[in-house]
Amino acid sequence: MIAGPGLPLVVDAVLDVAPDIRAFVLRHPSGDPLPSFVPGSHLPVFCGEGRINSYSLTGESGAPETYAISVHHRRDGRGGSTFMHALRVGDRLACGLPRSAFAPVASARHHLMIAGGIGITPFLSHLRAARRWGRSASLLFAVREGAPVPHAAELDALCGDLRVLRGRAAMTAAVEAALVDQPLGTHLYVCGPEAMIDDVLERAARAGWPAERCHAERFGAVLPPGAPFEAILRRTGRRIAVPAEASLLDAVEAAGIPWPSLCRQGVCGECRMEGVEGTILHRDHYLSPAEREAGNCLMPCVSRGAGLITLDL
Amino acid sequence: MTPDEARLSRFPWPFTGDAYRYSANVEPAPKLRRTPVGAWGGAVLDVDADYEAELSERAAVLARDPARHVELPHMRAATWDALVWGLRELAATHPETMSLAGAGRHLVWSNHRLGLTQGFRLGEEDTLPMAPLRFLASQIQEDVVLLDQREGQLFADAGCVTFASNWSMAFDLGMSFREIHGPVPHDLADGAIPRAEQFLMRLQPGEVFRRINWTSTAGHRLDTALDSYHEWGPSRRALATGDLAAVFHMRNEVQHLVRLPESGAIMFLIRTYLLPLGEICRVPEWRRQFAAVLRTLPEDILQYKGLTALRPRILAVLEAEPVEAA
Repeated sequence: MIAGPGLPLVVDAVLDVAPDIRAFVLRHPSGDPLPSFVPGSHLPVFCGEGRINSYSLTGESGAPETYAISVHHRRDGRGGSTFMHALRVGDRLACGLPRSAFAPVASARHHLMIAGGIGITPFLSHLRAARRWGRSASLLFAVREGAPVPHAAELDALCGDLRVLRGRAAMTAAVEAALVDQPLGTHLYVCGPEAMIDDVLERAARAGWPAERCHAERFGAVLPPGAPFEAILRRTGRRIAVPAEASLLDAVEAAGIPWPSLCRQGVCGECRMEGVEGTILHRDHYLSPAEREAGNCLMPCVSRGAGLITLDL
Repeated sequence: MTPDEARLSRFPWPFTGDAYRYSANVEPAPKLRRTPVGAWGGAVLDVDADYEAELSERAAVLARDPARHVELPHMRAATWDALVWGLRELAATHPETMSLAGAGRHLVWSNHRLGLTQGFRLGEEDTLPMAPLRFLASQIQEDVVLLDQREGQLFADAGCVTFASNWSMAFDLGMSFREIHGPVPHDLADGAIPRAEQFLMRLQPGEVFRRINWTSTAGHRLDTALDSYHEWGPSRRALATGDLAAVFHMRNEVQHLVRLPESGAIMFLIRTYLLPLGEICRVPEWRRQFAAVLRTLPEDILQYKGLTALRPRILAVLEAEPVEAA
């Protein structure tokens, strides 16, 4: 067993799977098996200077010897992927335990997966599980015109019903056709650029898919800054200001209050705050509609307040 | 230590104060909790002196009534996950008698306590003498229920439960968490059940929590499932006529909740402990506390726990002689 939430790993291998996409194989320094993970899980990785990026685990999920992740180098990003692409074999990496936020639904009659670009990564473990447990699955994969298909050989081996689509028009046509031609009880999974996810979910809703059967994995979404606001800390009466370019979580931490967090993108659920009063502007992808409606909890890494809110701190 | 004393020293006393309310009362596990006469809770899977006897009893119940083990087809991955998690946990807790060896998907389970060695391949049912969930239930004293999480809810989609307290696994199979808890008086629970479900759905892989629940049974009887009510139902009459100190048993369930690492299912482990009222009376602090709890229990909880008619008589036993201050 690994004690505590931290998981120190060593880079075991580095390989380029497509231009700007580099895969890393990671292992435990002692050679011990790593914790199993639910398909679709991501690995929180500390990318220097307090940044934590989350990468989908692409390898075997049952007590594996190694973890594999694939990282798209984003030169305009926050620097996490640049840090990752500089890693060499033997480098040490501080990671968190895998977290599940995009699990396959075991009772689904069929799994329809839709991926765009680097959004293919969580589907590699989904497809492994589908194969092991005899679950029916099909995959539509959008890849830019002329670009090589990342993980092509693996995908071919894992999925008997794979279509690679070149360009937006081809993908849109394939998605439209697929959404109206699935057995009842199919679950839809989509991962890729934010705009693609929104587009697929909107089309699914129009085609009559219940929201509970549509699942999206959003990463790398860049949120626009919000309006400045203030928070009162109920237990101490302190008042802290949250400027437009900072998150509530940043402001709480800057005030010297440690608070648990992982992805800092409103996905993982780690930083959830209860007992909040005031008008909350939810911007996360974690809370359910019912939880949002209750109006007393928020994810401070992305969500904000309007004017003045009170925190149970 | 006599067997009775050993049982007393490991009994998970359910009360921490002089009043009891229905609540989610969950805490991280494992965590050793001391009592005036011993301790409990140091391990998630509790193997005690009754191990062989209780496993034989479970096997006999399953032989009579195979429907105590039920599962829906989509739970296959979860049952293997539960088996491996359970065997690993047993081996980690009892390295002197149990081990799980092997590499990759080929594993070998050894349990010297039962004189058993079993090799198997993960995901291949024909490499085990019985279904994975039932095999797990043949190695642990706990009953097991597996909850599938989907569409914002939990569903009891598999289980091997021989020692149910007045419910039936076969009847509950496929029910949602809220449907299962339908019989709990809603105004009493006061939102505890939806809150508990929300809490469970947020459990991350590797996290383990526990709660404790209590009720009563006539005689030392583990199988009080609805499936066999015709056998044990009439025995409750002894509560009205027999020696209450010997017949009335406090029935405690230590329930562990585990998020399984590979399937993401939630494993709900129920371990049942029985202690006769006469034994409770041997511990002055418990005797005083049980009396205080009974006196303050609201009518509807009394009704739910089937204690309305019994309360005055239980109190008479508990308060038969003055209890020294603890």
